[in-house]
Amino acid sequence: MSRPVTDGGREMIATKHPLDPMIRAERLPNIWCPGCGIGIVLAAYVNALTKSTKPHEKNVCISGIGCTGRIAGYLNLDTYHTTHGRAIPFATGMAVAKPDLEVFVIAGDGDISTIGGNHLIHAARRNVDINVIMVNNFNYGMTGGQHGATTPLNARTHTSPYGNVESPFNVPYLVSAAGASFVARWTALHVIQVTKAIKRMMEIKGFAFLEVLSPCPPTYGEYNGYPAALDMMKHFRERSVVDNGADLSTVSVATGADDRIVVGNFVDRKRPSYDELLTELQARTGKKSGALTEA
Amino acid sequence: MKKMLTGNSSAAWGARISDVDYVCAYPITPQTEIVETLSSWVNKGALKARFVNFESEHSMFAAAGAASLTGARVFTCSSSQGLIYGLEMLYSIAGWRAPLVLVNVSRGLGMPMILQVEHGDVLATRDSGFIQLHAENCQEVLDLVLLGYKIAEDSNVMLPVVVNMDGFVLSFARQTVDIPQREAVEKFLPRYSHPRPLLGLESAPVTYGPTTSDGFVYSFYKYQLHKASLESRKVFQTAAQEFFKIFSRRHHAVEAEMTEDADYIFLVTNSYSSNVRAGVRSLRAKGEKVGMVKLKMLRPFPREELAEVLSQAKAVAVFEQNLAPGRGAIIYPEIAEALYHSQERPDVLLSFIGGLGGTPLGMPEMEYMLKKCKEFLKTGHGPEQPLLLYRSEDWESMKHSLSKTGLPVSREVS
Repeated sequence: MSRPVTDGGREMIATKHPLDPMIRAERLPNIWCPGCGIGIVLAAYVNALTKSTKPHEKNVCISGIGCTGRIAGYLNLDTYHTTHGRAIPFATGMAVAKPDLEVFVIAGDGDISTIGGNHLIHAARRNVDINVIMVNNFNYGMTGGQHGATTPLNARTHTSPYGNVESPFNVPYLVSAAGASFVARWTALHVIQVTKAIKRMMEIKGFAFLEVLSPCPPTYGEYNGYPAALDMMKHFRERSVVDNGADLSTVSVATGADDRIVVGNFVDRKRPSYDELLTELQARTGKKSGALTEA
Repeated sequence: MKKMLTGNSSAAWGARISDVDYVCAYPITPQTEIVETLSSWVNKGALKARFVNFESEHSMFAAAGAASLTGARVFTCSSSQGLIYGLEMLYSIAGWRAPLVLVNVSRGLGMPMILQVEHGDVLATRDSGFIQLHAENCQEVLDLVLLGYKIAEDSNVMLPVVVNMDGFVLSFARQTVDIPQREAVEKFLPRYSHPRPLLGLESAPVTYGPTTSDGFVYSFYKYQLHKASLESRKVFQTAAQEFFKIFSRRHHAVEAEMTEDADYIFLVTNSYSSNVRAGVRSLRAKGEKVGMVKLKMLRPFPREELAEVLSQAKAVAVFEQNLAPGRGAIIYPEIAEALYHSQERPDVLLSFIGGLGGTPLGMPEMEYMLKKCKEFLKTGHGPEQPLLLYRSEDWESMKHSLSKTGLPVSREVS
């Protein structure tokens, strides 16, 4: 489908894009700022979807609130834009009730690790068969750049103008410790690796987690040395180190010019998923539900 | 000192000149500017307070209540989904009798999600035990923060206060605001000292929020809350008089304008009071005997004042920016109840719902409301359901949507 695209006030006609069938093109242009990595994650997810053997109607995408939360509105799938922090419990309800669905949560760091942090660790603990992509831009971008649970120590934001005094979560370490079957981290620069990780997440039984580090030029970038669209991407290229077998206790993210960013598919292990455990339980008790009411 | 301030900045200034000790924050549009302003002042040392950006509104309110009980003067703020997410803690804070000021920047509640104003958020807290004050303009935001601490910390009250302002309309609009001098504020609002603080070295150990399995004990505490809330009406009056003496600005729980000889009265809350005032003046200029009542205090509910000012009118139009599914408008039944016990009461009491999601209120709406009042006054009966206000272009779209979904094409919420 051809669609008019506005480019600095000029109208131009974009040719048909291969991912168009999976995108609600009428809602474009999107709300994301130039240089943002969320669109890359959206494209990677759609790419992975096009290669999935599962019919599209069996794929659902759930998002939370914030910049990344807007992903749900651009996908030509069954999607759900939930409340702030509640994407994971929403996904849990959906995945447990309909185990044949391929459920993805795509939400920001504020949503997943801060206001919804409790749900993240419990879904990993249960090993619910859902896939969570957390786009980490190190701050609350939508509300204009405040510090949250992933803002690096000493980083500057609108609510930490003289440096953040709170230690951030090392989210892959946290999720791995909680029991996830799959844990990975890449950056918005690693398009191929992100797409491959998403495809792997679709195969995983149990909780699969992917952190994608993203530039956020107008808020986080502006105050921390990466104001232009490509600055953080260049930093990702120069400072990323692929280490699939990394000791996760050492992979905290900081964005200083000399800080290393450890990326990779860190955890890929077989643990019974929540759905498998429930199915096994039902087989063992011979009852579908309500076992406690019958002695 | 007069400055051009947004509603959000006015709230921040209110907290600053109240010399708060502790600011609990969590970002949410359209409130975020308040906490950004305060954090910047705290970081610069312009405000000697502690600032914490929490992981959610729920934890933010929990910390706010606890800090208040230790004797700190606490400021917090939220909006919409955030306020509702923390609603559990609001009941707790009121139950702890923890005086603090919470500024809510009103925004509609999802789903569907919207950023513009609707009062469903703040009205959902109306039975929590918080004293509830609604601001018309940026000056009132600042004033009500000061008055809020004054009432909240009164030993006969000891209740938290929520000050409401409209998202976008006030939060991001600049108006001239008179920021009082610190010395004058200190005179009005002396240092807060909790009568039985947690961790107070000289006081005996205290326990807050124990479980009771006895209905009598439970009802005793709830009744105390109710009595304290009612008491705050008198405290508000006294505080407002003192406020006027020091700052020369008047505040009343119920504010009547041009009502002395009015046959028709428009009742309104929050920022759209300014629109209604302008509309009333225009209608007056055309010879219509109209007036307005602005409801500034929602909790405790100023029933007697309302009854007194409304009972003389022939018709009252209650304009609200909320829609409670299965009920209609939220404040209207409370107005009806206030009038029920009056010897004299208006022949017509109409409920109008408009301004949802920030839709406009101007002369077309004012004229429509007046027309309906006259119409029902003539026929002697009014609609049993609220009437929806729409601009003609919106109404055309609405009619289209209603007919598509098979719902009756009527402004009446039936």
